Amino acid sequence: MDYFLQQLINGIALGSIYGLIAIGYTMVYGIIGMINFAHGDIFMVGAFIALIAFLCLVAIGVSAVPLALFLVLLIAMALAALYGWTVERFAYRPLRHSFRLAPLISAIGMSIILQNFVQIAQGARVKPLPPLIEGGHTLVEGANFAVRLSNVQILIVVTTLVLMLGFTWLIEKTRLGRDMRACEQDARMAALLGVDIDRTISLTFVIGAALAAVAGIMYLLYYGVVDFFIGFVAGVKAFTAAVLGGIGSLPGAMLGGLLIGLIETFWSAYFSIEYKDVAAFAVLIVVLIFLPTGILGRPDVEKV
Amino acid sequence: MSTPILEIEHLAMRFGGLLAVQDLSFAARRGEITALIGPNGAGKTTVFNCITGFYKPTAGMIRLIGDHKTMLLERLPDFRIAKLAKVARTFQNIRLFPGMSLLENLLVAQHNPLMLASGFTFFGLIGLRGFTAAEQAAIEKARYWLDRIGLLARADDPAGDLPYGAQRRLEIVRAMCTEPVLLCLDEPAAGLNARESAELDELLLFIRREHATSILLIEHDMAVVMKICDHIVVLDYGVKISEGTPAYVRNDPKVVAAYLGVEEDEVEEAEAQVGL
Amino acid sequence: MSQEAELQKPPRVDVVAALKSALLAALLAFGLFALLVGVRTDQGPTGALVISQRFEDVAWLVAVVFAGSFLRALTFGDRPLDLARYLPAGVKAAGERLDRFGGFALLGFALAVPIIFYHNRYILDLGILVLTYVMLGWGLNIVVGLAGLLDLGYVAFYAVGAYAYALLAQNFGFSFWIGLPLAGIMAAFWGVLLGFPVLRLRGDYLAIVTLAFGEMIRLVLLNWQSFTGGPNGISGIPRPSFFGLPFIEGEGGFAEAFGLEFTPTHRIVFLFYLILALALVTNWVTIRLRRLPIGRAWEALREDEIACRSLGINTTNTKLTAFAMGAMFGGFAGAFFATRQGFISPESFVFMESALILAIVVLGGMGSQLGVAVAALVMIGGFELFREFQQYRMLVFGTAMVAIMIWRPRGLVGTRAPSVYLTERKAISSSLTREGRG
Repeated sequence: MDYFLQQLINGIALGSIYGLIAIGYTMVYGIIGMINFAHGDIFMVGAFIALIAFLCLVAIGVSAVPLALFLVLLIAMALAALYGWTVERFAYRPLRHSFRLAPLISAIGMSIILQNFVQIAQGARVKPLPPLIEGGHTLVEGANFAVRLSNVQILIVVTTLVLMLGFTWLIEKTRLGRDMRACEQDARMAALLGVDIDRTISLTFVIGAALAAVAGIMYLLYYGVVDFFIGFVAGVKAFTAAVLGGIGSLPGAMLGGLLIGLIETFWSAYFSIEYKDVAAFAVLIVVLIFLPTGILGRPDVEKV
Repeated sequence: MSTPILEIEHLAMRFGGLLAVQDLSFAARRGEITALIGPNGAGKTTVFNCITGFYKPTAGMIRLIGDHKTMLLERLPDFRIAKLAKVARTFQNIRLFPGMSLLENLLVAQHNPLMLASGFTFFGLIGLRGFTAAEQAAIEKARYWLDRIGLLARADDPAGDLPYGAQRRLEIVRAMCTEPVLLCLDEPAAGLNARESAELDELLLFIRREHATSILLIEHDMAVVMKICDHIVVLDYGVKISEGTPAYVRNDPKVVAAYLGVEEDEVEEAEAQVGL
Repeated sequence: MSQEAELQKPPRVDVVAALKSALLAALLAFGLFALLVGVRTDQGPTGALVISQRFEDVAWLVAVVFAGSFLRALTFGDRPLDLARYLPAGVKAAGERLDRFGGFALLGFALAVPIIFYHNRYILDLGILVLTYVMLGWGLNIVVGLAGLLDLGYVAFYAVGAYAYALLAQNFGFSFWIGLPLAGIMAAFWGVLLGFPVLRLRGDYLAIVTLAFGEMIRLVLLNWQSFTGGPNGISGIPRPSFFGLPFIEGEGGFAEAFGLEFTPTHRIVFLFYLILALALVTNWVTIRLRRLPIGRAWEALREDEIACRSLGINTTNTKLTAFAMGAMFGGFAGAFFATRQGFISPESFVFMESALILAIVVLGGMGSQLGVAVAALVMIGGFELFREFQQYRMLVFGTAMVAIMIWRPRGLVGTRAPSVYLTERKAISSSLTREGRG
């Protein structure tokens, strides 16, 4: 029971990270109907920027962890947003009216570029970071197992909640959110009504990238190590989460993220850790075959 | 009075909270041109989609009385209805194969007999004679139909290059290449000018006459409907409000009211306003 | 303003505007590169990370971006980048003639390669590599180019073919000529198995599911140690023989039987012609199938699936057939790969391979046999040429993928040839062909 509880906690923390990345996928798919293959690598880039920013801050003397983390958050979000904007502007926008496979191939190319760019710039070896946030709380002291809730996990969940709330507010209450929802429904009509499509789409990518950067920071704090390849697997899992929750639905992305995090954690804990990635892929396949609109998605009726 | 070829009984189609078609019953007779008319949103294309298997109706029965057997269509998948029941259709938004030539479009329509002749590809792969003959016959049939609609000279041009009216006609003869017993046309006259409309009338009458194909069509163009149809069914908000010969339907006050968008008793007033 | 009018406008030489856009570009570059390039992290002596600065590199990059952006703004102003205008007319005309004679020219060249480059082992190996990808491209072309199904997991069938052959050869001692068709059948079987549940998915979803399948198969191969050897793979796969004559020195060998002096080149040349033959078979079958109802149905499926269904075509079976055919040829290629290398491991079957083969098909101009062959030659050949720039190779590759999609999204070959014609075969521009939603 205690073991179960621990896995539950771990799963929620991991799931929050996936959820943050999944939001980027679901927003972009909702607004331009495209799977942003390179999104996972934006997450990776965000993690690297956070790492470097942190090391730089330490080097110039800012060693108070909360302050450093806060600055790192800002820097990583801003720069990852820049990457997101650049990718959209140069690799996707020219292909917006082209046929379906073109942006997909372009996205794959972009993913390759990002992975190798980081690999060349920073080397192929893993980058470890000593744990920045230590300590935690023992929730239950069992006979041979203590259930711990670490401070990092609390930080992850709290940050995710705050961002989710802020984000929901953005989508529901602001002009930008309204524009995004309009573009999602009927881009041409929205344009005719004066919505700046290019700007709205760019901002969608920017926000998605910023959230992915936060996920990157969380990943860095949680696992303490990054390398240039974390984007691929995390990307597929986060995409699975987006599909599971219902592509195009924001609460769905978060829900899907949590579910995938839980599935992965429980699978590794109770079955086999080598095949944990297989579990995620299997979930993706099962969901797409039996429930393609996901849990919270809207059913898609094709007009004949 | 010829025998019925298509019998619809108590057809209903519900989309979530919306009841698009309600308790609809009518029959289309063999060798006749039957029209399904009604204001926009009346559920006409929904009925078509139910008949041709693109939607599964919520309730009701659709019976096709073919030459040798009777089939129930409401549970058959779309391609089976086309293949086995020999019900062909065209679409409101033309669905040709734009990147393929006219000839290719018409050959795709003859896919099933050709597949059989090619021994499901195996014999065709090794060049058995039987297939070549079948393919020649198929090309001849395509040639016949292209000639009928005056597009033989453009047989090798891509279908996407054709002007709108020609595309409509091509879609109809492509459906005819499947040798259907019932041809369902969804707004075949939409977007056609007067001359093209007249050509369409001629084509449809030709089909009925020479190929003994029954036709069911959805149409808004009253000139076409009144001119060539033998029987008309009128829908409004998913319910049948009238049925009969063109003369009868044209004068039915219920129909007039539906089209004017007013209640039956306000028809006279509305007509006066409009100047009828 | 229409595109042509835009392009014909004389360029507005506005230095100030050019400077402004160059400055913005430079600023963007600075933001992107300052941290990731400017600060290098390495593992120091204690294992913790130490940073070192590389600000000169950043400065260089920013300067290059500034200069490039300035020049671009100066020459093209606010018009879209259109390099094609600057190609001399002669090159364009040559490009058109290539369409017609290119196929035969390439075939002739391919046949002659082992003769011309007999002593250049590197070129022969490269040729074998290119031809393998040509065959894979032609195989995937059936699925993606003809039937319009987005398959991002093609490498799975390549892997199934390779492993099937390897395991059959090792455990049952089957020769290549028996193992090859069996591998193809296994792969086709998997194609049907994988295809059946997923083929009703649309577009991007199908792409992702096939990607997931591809990755799953790789992971299973990687972890199922007892059966597949896990990360160590399977080694000691029997080398091919010349219809029973092994390529060994001395008695009973190929060299002895033909009265030639033994050299390992014999086996390589044999492999070259073998893969060429396999690829040509793939090509021949594809061309034949295109003219048969099934091939026409594939292309019609790509154009409009609903119209196909309304004509009585069972689109599920049609899709499955395309999938299975493509898988089968992938399996054949896999068997060849196994026998050529003598050793296979899951490392050779990563997602990158699927992406590469898909890029070859899309770049070639979907459905065009010649285009796919040329694309394979350009991409694989080009890839190998950059071998010295080991690290930057992939980066250039990725950039090329993006650039080519932006420049020629329809691929190198811009037209489609109808499979049957009444009076004359007119090429149909690919702007009219649909790319498939399924």
